[in-house]
Amino acid sequence: MNRLFCTLGLAILVAGPAAAVDIQEVTSPGGIKAWLVEERSIPFSALEIRFRGGGSQDRPGKRGAVNLMTALLEEGAEDLDAQGFAAARDALAASYGFDVHRDALSVSARFLTENRDEAVALLQSALTAPRFDQDALDRVRDQVHAVIRADDTDPDAVASRRFNALAFGDHPYATSIDGTVESVSALTRDDIVTAYKDVMARDRIFVGAAGDISAEELGLLLDTLLGGLPAVGAPLPNDAEVLLAGGVTLVPFDTPQSVAVFGHVGIPRDDPEFFPAFVANHVFGASGRQSRLGMEVREKRGLTYGIGAYLASFDLAQVVVGQVASANERIAETIEVTQEEWAKMAAEGVTEEELEEAKAYLTGAYPLRFDSNASIARIMVGMQMDDLGLDYVKTRNGKVNAVTTEDVRRVARRLYRPQDLHFVVVGQPEGLDGTN
Amino acid sequence: MHIFVLALATVLLALPASLRAAGVTTFELENGLEAVVIEDHRAPVVVHMVWYRVGAADEPPGKSGIAHFLEHLMFKATDELASGELSDVVFRNGGSDNAFTSYDYTAYVQRIAADRLDLVMGMEASRMDGLALVEEDISTERDVVIEERKQRTDSDPGTLFGEQIYAAAFLNHPYGVPVIGWKHEAEALTLEDAVSFYKQHYGPNNAILVVAGDVEPDGVRMLAERHYGVIPPNPNVRVRVRPSEPPQLAERRLSYSDPRIGNDYMTRVYLVPERDPGDQEEAAALAMLAQVLGGSATTSALARKLQFEDPKAVYTGAWYRERALDDTIFGLAIVPVEGVSLEEAESLLDEAVAEFLEEGVDAEELERIKTRIRAAEIYARDDISNLANLYGAALTAGLSVEDVDAWPDILQEVTEEDIISAARRHLDRRRAVTGFARQSEEVVR
Repeated sequence: MNRLFCTLGLAILVAGPAAAVDIQEVTSPGGIKAWLVEERSIPFSALEIRFRGGGSQDRPGKRGAVNLMTALLEEGAEDLDAQGFAAARDALAASYGFDVHRDALSVSARFLTENRDEAVALLQSALTAPRFDQDALDRVRDQVHAVIRADDTDPDAVASRRFNALAFGDHPYATSIDGTVESVSALTRDDIVTAYKDVMARDRIFVGAAGDISAEELGLLLDTLLGGLPAVGAPLPNDAEVLLAGGVTLVPFDTPQSVAVFGHVGIPRDDPEFFPAFVANHVFGASGRQSRLGMEVREKRGLTYGIGAYLASFDLAQVVVGQVASANERIAETIEVTQEEWAKMAAEGVTEEELEEAKAYLTGAYPLRFDSNASIARIMVGMQMDDLGLDYVKTRNGKVNAVTTEDVRRVARRLYRPQDLHFVVVGQPEGLDGTN
Repeated sequence: MHIFVLALATVLLALPASLRAAGVTTFELENGLEAVVIEDHRAPVVVHMVWYRVGAADEPPGKSGIAHFLEHLMFKATDELASGELSDVVFRNGGSDNAFTSYDYTAYVQRIAADRLDLVMGMEASRMDGLALVEEDISTERDVVIEERKQRTDSDPGTLFGEQIYAAAFLNHPYGVPVIGWKHEAEALTLEDAVSFYKQHYGPNNAILVVAGDVEPDGVRMLAERHYGVIPPNPNVRVRVRPSEPPQLAERRLSYSDPRIGNDYMTRVYLVPERDPGDQEEAAALAMLAQVLGGSATTSALARKLQFEDPKAVYTGAWYRERALDDTIFGLAIVPVEGVSLEEAESLLDEAVAEFLEEGVDAEELERIKTRIRAAEIYARDDISNLANLYGAALTAGLSVEDVDAWPDILQEVTEEDIISAARRHLDRRRAVTGFARQSEEVVR
């Protein structure tokens, strides 16, 4: 059987096309900026809004307030209670997702062209006139408690929490944005209103829109939707110092498989060496057998179902962080192999062949991200928050292709610090001693 | 709010869509390979999938997990490709690849620049009949699968309990056996088991090709002829006939304790019919029943009664596994608020369902659900991977493209009476499995 053409095995092709999106910058009559990709083939639009700050803006002693506030945004506004609001939204077949993480509160909306004005008016009421009814607060608080209790017995969540506590000390990044059962129990309606005023203001908004809408229509929509928000919110928190030092922290947990979260200080998104670091870490820690960790830990040794490490470059701190799960009797070997690879990366960087493969993947995969209105809207907000220019989609692959093995060697020596690499292990690992 | 996700075996089904407006065409090759092409020219991307009409429910007794283990081994060597080469080549071309196994199907997928369709199709065809497994591939990959089971099942009490519930719901049908396999059987799977399963079930006459993205149907057909058309049909492939369930005469009740359960919950599953080709009306009534009982976290009947009017639950849910080759399950679940026992929660849930049967369907709620189903046809066109999955899963569950296209209209025609009558027929706890999951200090494993 010889159906395959002979070039297949060495098919490293030239970089794929640049992203085929045409991004416009829109400024509303009221001065609100947004990025737009007009795409008329499907009669709906996707809108992504982010407020920088988000879950890290809880006031002292009020951990979980911003998270609970976010969850309450869809629980009633103006003259509609929670059920009335949901019914109105569903009758329009619109969807509004409200979410929050440590750097931002996000609103992901989609609405049909045929009833866009009504869908925007309803969303506007949720953003500018949420009710925060006491009965909704009590009901949603119970749900948040359930989430916190579920995390208390989830080894992945336990590992992440401990890692963050060790990494970030007394900064908001050190604790879960959900808060604790105790902190959430103590929150009052006043705390929720304060959180709302602190977080949801025009001085920290980023907007991306994609779909069946023109620049002019979007401009008017932005003023309707966001013009009623206060101009200024609370100051954003300061940067966090990454406190991790080398070692292993054991968290005993009765489960057949140990979970390890590992890492140390990383590199900022706007660092001049970010691109070499990004390419280096792709070779090192991307998911799949093509990365060094994937090859050594899963493919060659069968120690895990999956391992990865990535550059977590948050607004206020940066870490290189990875995660893996291995049977209790095998996790020690997994950690040993990971440490060896970490040291090798720091000492040697990557080979010419690894670099070329990573570039082929990264440049080829990039345009594939822009495949739906929803993902385009999300990507554009991320680009604005990272302060990347409108032309970034056209220049990004060039930056990847410009990286040399020497660039990688230089940044790898700085980025990968085997002496600082800290593992948090949750489980009942065999043959592994905690060092602190 | 929707922040609470319960770790049950199944999540709520997304609203369905049909794709008549989305540029869907079909063709069939002489060797029996069926193909579905979904055009979307907005981005230079293609999703290329091959779905085999074989899954965990087609495994021989004692060999649970072999369908899924074989899925892992399909990334090893073929007559033409070295072990891992397929993934490496996809990766070097900026693409990504994956595979997944369920009860009724095993599917392989690549997502890549549209001008590389020829490349991935050539490689996918190579493993359709050219898999060349060797002993060295087996033990390492079996370790990976056992770690996968530990990670996704043994570390998650909700999934472990889900296995027990399915096992109780299906006394005789293989849906009672977990897809990833019982641990003691999955650990013992061999090279011979994998090869034998492959030779029995893989081939163009048991496969469905789904190509979605920036492609033209004629071009896809030409490539499919070249790569798949030359593969002879597998004579071992049989129409799937599985053992069926006997009548349930005794109510089944399970109680599970695990210290890792964060929130006590109760779940119940009923054995019900699935969507049948050319006969989807009963399934449509059940699908709408799941929606009116639990489709909205705020306005559904269960949420209204148990979370709003007299709040006794932090979560209620209803779901229906509508796409299956054989009889399937309809499920209900409740997570009570603190201070309400599971026994009380079960009574409250039963009372809420009884009240619902008395009161009938809220006409406005039904209308909103139908509006959302109509809109889902528009929104669905924004996600071609999801569209491709929808066709692959339906066709491997015995449905036709016509059935998929007819489904949204059949849902629109469901009346309030249809829903209540389906509920009366099927929601009988004497013919169901009821499970209590509780946090406990002692370990029961």
